[in-house]
Amino acid sequence: MILFLAVFAASAVEAVEALTIVLAVGVVRGWRSTLVGVGAASLVLAAVVAALGPALKHVPISSLRLVVGALLLAFGLQWLRKAILRASGYLSQRDEAVAFERERAEAAATGRDSASAMDWYSFSVAFKGVLLEGLEVAFIVVTFGSTQGHLGLAIAAAAAAAVLVVVVGVIVRRPLQRVPENALKYGVGVLLTSYGVFWGSEGAGVDWPGGDAAILALVGFVLVSSFALTWLLRRRRVAVRLSVGQA
Amino acid sequence: MSRLRAFGRFWWDFVVGDDWRVAFGVVVALAATKLLTSSGVNAWWLLPAAVVLLLAASLRRATR
Repeated sequence: MILFLAVFAASAVEAVEALTIVLAVGVVRGWRSTLVGVGAASLVLAAVVAALGPALKHVPISSLRLVVGALLLAFGLQWLRKAILRASGYLSQRDEAVAFERERAEAAATGRDSASAMDWYSFSVAFKGVLLEGLEVAFIVVTFGSTQGHLGLAIAAAAAAAVLVVVVGVIVRRPLQRVPENALKYGVGVLLTSYGVFWGSEGAGVDWPGGDAAILALVGFVLVSSFALTWLLRRRRVAVRLSVGQA
Repeated sequence: MSRLRAFGRFWWDFVVGDDWRVAFGVVVALAATKLLTSSGVNAWWLLPAAVVLLLAASLRRATR
């Protein structure tokens, strides 16, 4: 269940960001080349999962857990760090409407080669957008799925989130501003970090007190610690503002 | 050469991110855990503590 939630949330967040890019380019420059770019990137992502997933089954489980733990910690701490900085006001919240307008202005300002049937700008922006946003999800799917032996479930979770976001995007034809992206990123960061600690430690030879149930304690520990850090940063930001105001 | 550099840069940003010290600290903490467990110490507490300290230090640097 936690595996499904983590992959679903990570995939949903990245799909929302990819959708913003694809919508902006498609609306301004047409859909044919844009959708070819989306399809090509999706094929590359599927190939990454298809190649890495089965290959990881041949790696000894302790080595796999050590490497997967380190990777999940690298990704998880990046997500968590950014989410805490946003939640405490040190980084501005991502605004899909602003991102959409920026992409749309760039797409409108870039010239088009009328001799070519293919609009390579639309293709490359859509390809890059979907590939870059999806690559991290592909790694999360492969690492989570392989380590827990549920690659199919991880793929289903990622696909379900992507399909849901695309369907909603097609219906509303606007960037999805109401998705609580930072809260989702916060949650994904907590889960990736907790699993990273769990598997990384197991790979290094640790025997967890309580066995697999330790993962729940780790999720709680990481959640409380990150809330405490967010609270401290908020307090510090307010104190700095007050001291600047008084000076 | 510049394409190769861009490729390397992409993977560095992808895995390491904004603060290389966090990724380095994770590797050191995992190595220390491995060392302790090899010596018979069940160091389950090391990585959780290291992760919180690394995150706090990184946030401190980012907001200084």
